[in-house]
Amino acid sequence: MSAATEEQVSYWELIRNGILKENTIFRLALSLCPAIAVTNNLKNGFFMGVAVVVVQVMVNLTISAMRNFIHPRIRLPIFMLVISGWVTIVNLVMDAAVPDVYKDVGLYIQLIVAFASILARAEMFASKNTVVPSVFDGIGMGTGFFIALMIISFFREVVGKGQVWGIPIIDAKPLLILILPAGGFFAVGILMAAFNWMYAKYFSSGGQSH
Amino acid sequence: MDFGKLFELVVSSSLVNNYVFTMFLGLCIFFGVTKKMETAIGMSITFTTVMMISAALSWIVYKFIMVPLNIEFLLIIVFIGIVAGLVQGSDTVMRKVTPDLYNKLGIYLALISTNCIILAVPLQSVGNKYNFIETIAFAFGSGLGFSLAMIIMASIREKLELADVPVPFRGLPMAFVITGLIALAFTGFSGLITL
Repeated sequence: MSAATEEQVSYWELIRNGILKENTIFRLALSLCPAIAVTNNLKNGFFMGVAVVVVQVMVNLTISAMRNFIHPRIRLPIFMLVISGWVTIVNLVMDAAVPDVYKDVGLYIQLIVAFASILARAEMFASKNTVVPSVFDGIGMGTGFFIALMIISFFREVVGKGQVWGIPIIDAKPLLILILPAGGFFAVGILMAAFNWMYAKYFSSGGQSH
Repeated sequence: MDFGKLFELVVSSSLVNNYVFTMFLGLCIFFGVTKKMETAIGMSITFTTVMMISAALSWIVYKFIMVPLNIEFLLIIVFIGIVAGLVQGSDTVMRKVTPDLYNKLGIYLALISTNCIILAVPLQSVGNKYNFIETIAFAFGSGLGFSLAMIIMASIREKLELADVPVPFRGLPMAFVITGLIALAFTGFSGLITL
């Protein structure tokens, strides 16, 4: 983990780590459920991504601020409590602010609680670092997730409906399958392969890790 | 009790609205344990059992504690607490009472708390205002559907080991494409029952 020497690790590096090296969806293959469920159009993907960024940053902030007061043996229940508290807040705010999007993604917003990635960052990073790096780590991991969601939902909406954010851009018969549930799996499979290929080619000299 | 309704509920939650193929929940576990048939079956048994108990428990807590106290907005916190507590509790009990069973299934028990289906079932049964029996039927159907998905997937992936897959697609990406194909087949169930 990159938590060893926090002075040397620049904040930019933390963000870059979350977006590329440990991209939640494409590299670690965690928290996949919403990645497919809500990405049949860009708007849903956008709000889901925002919700995750907010929860991840706030959880990291809260836990790193409280880390000296949490007894190690009961840390996991406390982390869960903090996460579900923030998820509840985000859930209620989304319900009030964007009701039409909430109708589609509400269930998945509530299920952010069960995201392995958020708990993992709280455990691996925020509980060992001070507030500022933890916030940047949260921004990085959240943004990585956000970007992945945006790429998947952009791809699915353009190819599946010929639209971007509900505005038609392609005047051809779209490939309807991509907005069907099954298409979500195809889209993620193809994009994940593309990400693996790109990563292997440009960002690392060695082979694949998995 | 209307058994026709219950039967519909089981069929709809296991086939028509299969959690893995139409709602995309529980994918982490789904891809994690389906590399071998044996683990897939172990997970299916453990998962279905725990899900029925946790759904029943959540329903009771919601109906008799949260509604009278007007604290429905704490839904998420309470339900995750119930699931985590239940998993931890049954882990401890199983280890003491049936060590044999624990050796076989204990490892899956630990994984369950990271599964979103286990949380989605109580949330949805509260959202759809199911009664107690319906909640259990719904949980059973969802568990059945998840087991079915895992067993199909495991049998395909065991064969896939021998296939020559293009390098960037090796591992997870290919598993995703296959899941897409199965999901496509499952869309065939969509007209079966309309609740």
